[in-house]
Amino acid sequence: MNAPEADIQQAIDDPRLQLAIYTATGRLIDHRANVVSAEALPHYQDLRSEAHAIKKHTIENLDYYLEQLESNVIAHGGKVVYCRTGQEAADFVLDLAKKRGVHMLVKSKSMTSEEIHFNERLEEHQLEAVETDLGEYILQLAHQRPYHIVAPALHLTRYDVADVFTKELGVENEVVIEKQTKIARNVLRRKFLDAGIGVSGANFLIADSGAIVVVENEGNARLSTSVPKIHIAIAGIEKAIPRAQDLAVFLNLLGRSATGQPLTVYTSFLSGPRRENEIDGPDEFYLLLLDNGRTKLLADPVKRQSLYCIRCGACLNHCPVYRKIGGHNYPWVYSGPIGAIITPQFHGVTSDTWLPFASSLCGACAEVCPVKIEIPKVLLKLREEVTEARRKSDSDGLERFAFQLFAWIATHPKIYLLLASLGSIFFPLTPKIGPLKKWASQRTLPEPAKQSFHQWWAARRPKS
Amino acid sequence: MTARDQIFGDIRKALKRAAGEPPLFEVAPLAAPALRIPQMDRNLYADLFVQKFESLGGTSFRVRNTSAVVPAIAELLVQKHAVASNSPFLRKCGVTGLVQVHAGFTDRDQLKEACAAADIGITSVDYALAATGSFVMLSSPNEARLISLLPPAHIAIVPRSRLLANLDELLSILPRPADQTSSMVLITGPSRTADIEQILVRGVHGPGEIYAVVVDEE
Amino acid sequence: MNTRVSLFVTCIVDQVFPQVGIAITEVLERLGYQVHFPKAQTCCGQPAFNSGYSDEARKIARHFLEVFRDSETIIVPSGSCTSMIVHHFADLFEHEPKLLAEAHALEPRVWEFSRFLLEVAQVEDVGARFDGVVTYHDSCHALRELHIHSGPRKLLAKVRGLTFAEMGAAEECCGFGGTFSIKFPEVSGAMARTKIDSIQKTGASTVVSIDSSCLMQLQGVIDRAGLPIRTMHLAEVLASQ
Repeated sequence: MNAPEADIQQAIDDPRLQLAIYTATGRLIDHRANVVSAEALPHYQDLRSEAHAIKKHTIENLDYYLEQLESNVIAHGGKVVYCRTGQEAADFVLDLAKKRGVHMLVKSKSMTSEEIHFNERLEEHQLEAVETDLGEYILQLAHQRPYHIVAPALHLTRYDVADVFTKELGVENEVVIEKQTKIARNVLRRKFLDAGIGVSGANFLIADSGAIVVVENEGNARLSTSVPKIHIAIAGIEKAIPRAQDLAVFLNLLGRSATGQPLTVYTSFLSGPRRENEIDGPDEFYLLLLDNGRTKLLADPVKRQSLYCIRCGACLNHCPVYRKIGGHNYPWVYSGPIGAIITPQFHGVTSDTWLPFASSLCGACAEVCPVKIEIPKVLLKLREEVTEARRKSDSDGLERFAFQLFAWIATHPKIYLLLASLGSIFFPLTPKIGPLKKWASQRTLPEPAKQSFHQWWAARRPKS
Repeated sequence: MTARDQIFGDIRKALKRAAGEPPLFEVAPLAAPALRIPQMDRNLYADLFVQKFESLGGTSFRVRNTSAVVPAIAELLVQKHAVASNSPFLRKCGVTGLVQVHAGFTDRDQLKEACAAADIGITSVDYALAATGSFVMLSSPNEARLISLLPPAHIAIVPRSRLLANLDELLSILPRPADQTSSMVLITGPSRTADIEQILVRGVHGPGEIYAVVVDEE
Repeated sequence: MNTRVSLFVTCIVDQVFPQVGIAITEVLERLGYQVHFPKAQTCCGQPAFNSGYSDEARKIARHFLEVFRDSETIIVPSGSCTSMIVHHFADLFEHEPKLLAEAHALEPRVWEFSRFLLEVAQVEDVGARFDGVVTYHDSCHALRELHIHSGPRKLLAKVRGLTFAEMGAAEECCGFGGTFSIKFPEVSGAMARTKIDSIQKTGASTVVSIDSSCLMQLQGVIDRAGLPIRTMHLAEVLASQ
């Protein structure tokens, strides 16, 4: 409910963490800048507008495209399972695993699965879910949640990783990063080959093809979706786009915005189980379409933009607030500016009322968003809603009084001038006494001018 | 009420749409897909492809014709054990005839075992993209998925005629890949990660060593 | 040339940095303009708007429309206030057609100061002199909502005696964000300190911006750290002789 002030202060006061966040995000900022510059990608702004338009159209007609997606998945031999909640998704997987005698599944990176605590739900029923993306695997072993949408283990050092591996895998303490990667590769290779089910997310759902698109750099998604005999994909309903050819817009934006790669190492376009004459690939394919509250975001045309997100993480990288407080100080799995706008919409504005205000509205996020979500505009709308909710519940009366008072002063010029001549009008503006103290702790306070501009003007000029 | 019914009901209520209603077009129909294919001399595709491929960490060879393929990759195969796909082009190049190369798999489990044990996977490609140095591979009886994925090294024999300008051109000639295959993958460089301290490591799960042999004349 | 212009000085300049208003007046008069100062002006409503108090912001915006109804050209020494007026008044009056029309009619008449100089007065050299190494901070609203970037730099380039040093990450937020700096003072302070690091790396003794709120934020943290850096509004530099 309240901002995690102590944790935020701790994050700011931790020089190692600050350096890790700043360097990692700084690198991602530079990599992106190199590949979206006017020289590298002359059509970048056009692509953004096109992406926004396609997403807008799809979301505004979401039922139509989901139906089209569903019928094409079925036509290619797959099955679609609609899941209102994370529990329904987990129950389906548990049920299928039981039917097929599967005790272990491999998973590629999926923020949607984090959102619904997928692994935990499965483990409650003794179905082992192994994360195979290196960063996610490390976090799974360390029992931590992702720090960043695209770089989940951004906050960990090689020494942290060494300790996690020693503790959880029983291996000797190894601090060389290449060797750590080899350790993970060897452990996970066995898992890929033995798993009965492979679970993936999906970056895009292609309505006209009944297909999913998964982008990655490591190869673990390809392995998870090609080795086990069953492939289950979990995706939010908002991931739909109308046509395979629309990928020309989205794939030219996603990698560039996320990591500065024109294309990630592997881009997989998967539609259903293997065809009759194909040699390998899964026998069964299930697409789990997840609501989990997304339909709540559909009604308002401005806030609905939040569903356009393609999870590139660029807004996180460029957000000066994220770069100070870090991913774990956001209340939900989605951090940064996108997290700030969707969390209140999923959980209700009164759940984390501080979140929409934890922004200076600098607009850096909107500037880099590949699908042109007007993030500051959504934040302002959410602030209005929080304020309205507080008015109804009669809380934060002091702040409201302060703004009402200021509005009255600002619409009565004679009063304004009178107060100004008595001192500063700024102090009634401050919400509470407490915050002014904290504000003052960071800085030397400005002083009201001895003579306001109004007064200077009046003194200088004859009445005009 | 089923989950499906509830979800569609919630969507339609929020969007004020009726079941079966065709999509709304605000101003004009959804614009035709914007495909941007650079104006470039096709003869330069191979040069660009090789440049991009190598900048990603791949090693490339340019050979005149199919009989020059085996000599080009001979050194890579010394004391190694390879699995090759069933691509007729590989047969033509004499790759499948080599003693260290096992090909002709049609059984999934046998293929998996062979790939898991192999040092190198050898495939052809369906297409290659010059602008990004990518291989495009469609799963088919000629090209299984795991050959370019499980072994730690991957050699792709690329007929020059299969080179396309970029992703947009691929989508223009293949507007619905799902019509042809259950899996189309674009491979752009060796497997990599920067998950730990942003330090780049190659060969995490997929092949860390990749090679392209571009064949001018098929 | 129409020589009459109105000045919306902004509440922060009026109360805390009147020297900025004085400087603007001097520069405009030096260029031959007759400056009119509607005395009933107060605020543009941005602090209320940004804090979610739309009703209060609306009242203040309505007052602004009244005060400046007859002003043909309104000059504002602030990117964020200019942006509030030209972009967000329309949001506030979304459901009031008459006021919405007024807000739209107002938009082309409102000019951030540097933009006015370059595009209306069409001058780059205002005859200023300022000795020292100066760097420039791109305030967020000015940069991202008004697309002001090269303009102030052009004006600074013509100031005699001034050595300009571009700072790294000039477009990073200073951390003010209005009530953000009061609600999240530790984050706000940390953002300012990062900004000040960038400033120090340039060797500049003066940092210039077109927004007094940014300058207030930076000066507060600079003074707390005891650094020999001075913040100045662009208008003050251009007024120096």
